[in-house]
Amino acid sequence: MKKMGERFLLHRTPKVANLERRLFLRQGLSVGALALLSGCAISDDESVQKALSAMSNWNDRVQGWLFDPSRLAPEFPESAITKPFPFNAYYGIDEVIDVDGGGYKLQLAGRIREKKPWTLPELYALPQVSQVTRHICVEGWSAIGKWSGVRFSDFLQRVGADLSAKYVGFNCADDYYSSIDMATALHPQTVLAFRYADELLPPKYGFPMKLRIPTKLGFKNPKHITEIFVSDTNPGGYWEDKGYNWFSGS
Amino acid sequence: MKQGDWVKVHPLVVRVCHWVNAFAVLMMITSGWQIYNASPLFGFVFPDAITLGGWLAGGIQWHFAAMWLLAANGLVYVAYGIVSGHFRRRLLPISPGAVFRDVANAFRGKLAHEDLTVYNAAQRAAYLALIVALCVLVASGLVIWKPVQLHWLGRFMGDYEGARLLHFFAMSAVALIVLVHVLMVVLVPRTFPSMFTGRVRRSA
Repeated sequence: MKKMGERFLLHRTPKVANLERRLFLRQGLSVGALALLSGCAISDDESVQKALSAMSNWNDRVQGWLFDPSRLAPEFPESAITKPFPFNAYYGIDEVIDVDGGGYKLQLAGRIREKKPWTLPELYALPQVSQVTRHICVEGWSAIGKWSGVRFSDFLQRVGADLSAKYVGFNCADDYYSSIDMATALHPQTVLAFRYADELLPPKYGFPMKLRIPTKLGFKNPKHITEIFVSDTNPGGYWEDKGYNWFSGS
Repeated sequence: MKQGDWVKVHPLVVRVCHWVNAFAVLMMITSGWQIYNASPLFGFVFPDAITLGGWLAGGIQWHFAAMWLLAANGLVYVAYGIVSGHFRRRLLPISPGAVFRDVANAFRGKLAHEDLTVYNAAQRAAYLALIVALCVLVASGLVIWKPVQLHWLGRFMGDYEGARLLHFFAMSAVALIVLVHVLMVVLVPRTFPSMFTGRVRRSA
């Protein structure tokens, strides 16, 4: 597991990202030449990139149709939990931020009726649920963990979020950002998690809170959340804007 | 029918499906290797030069675009193969003894290729195995893509992690069959134009 975390870093430093995008385009060109061979004319690499983005958007729609809001992700006994649970982020474990819990307030914005910020004791006082589920990384590896917190649909209802809106977006203390579809936000296993393995979330797992979504790939589970907003325009995300499929649902 | 006559071997549907499939499988395998490299199952990675997409996101975009081509083309081919009787006529009957005999002949350089209108037993086994392996690839790929929505299907293959392994081994089988297939076309080159024209000249 540790080795995979290291590979992740190797791939994702911001400096490398630009180079990777260039490589992506260059390889598109050679495939364009190959496509010509089979009689399917692709004129230049930019049109290849456009076609791939269009297909990714199409796949978002298909996944929205395939998503059954009442189908539950498999749950496991606690004995199945992966130890140690791998750390993963767009930065190294040495750069994990330490959010000050005492001064912390969760901000709410967009199509939400009661936008009063929430302190941690207020959030901890809400009814809590637990789950032992499989976290699947976009890289392919998976690990089983236990998260506890507030059922996200309960929280959205409590603050008067417009549940007919299309998207819920997240901004995070580590400058990460992401967004999900409303159907997934309202899924019974989507949890605003404050605890991992019955302990307060340690910084490396996203203190003070992580949105745990067992029906999405790992990168769609934002950590260190500071703001939640509801919107009808797609807010995108850190990895999503770099090319990962937006819906990325399981 | 006289020797030297042109005879039809491949119907148009089969020829079109063959080349679309060849293109789709090439995209799927090379982008799949890119995805594999992000988190290798075994102690090796595929060289960058033979992977597609440049990095993980590019590999995924290619993989999830080409999958539609592979699936749509595969559905047309399998439906045609069953409904038209093409599979029954060309790929059956097949017996382990005949397959063993023809594979042994192939290694001795004596495999019968005089009559290109009939597949020998080794060919039948290879083409059937390819169809089965591609179906396994699609099924395991669906489980990896949708481990929650298709959990019922994942139960037959050890859930998510089992499906990952199965996906890899089915890919290996496809890659091996394709390699042997291309090698055989190189050894018997007059089979190559027939996959475009659909016809071969009956040899003496």
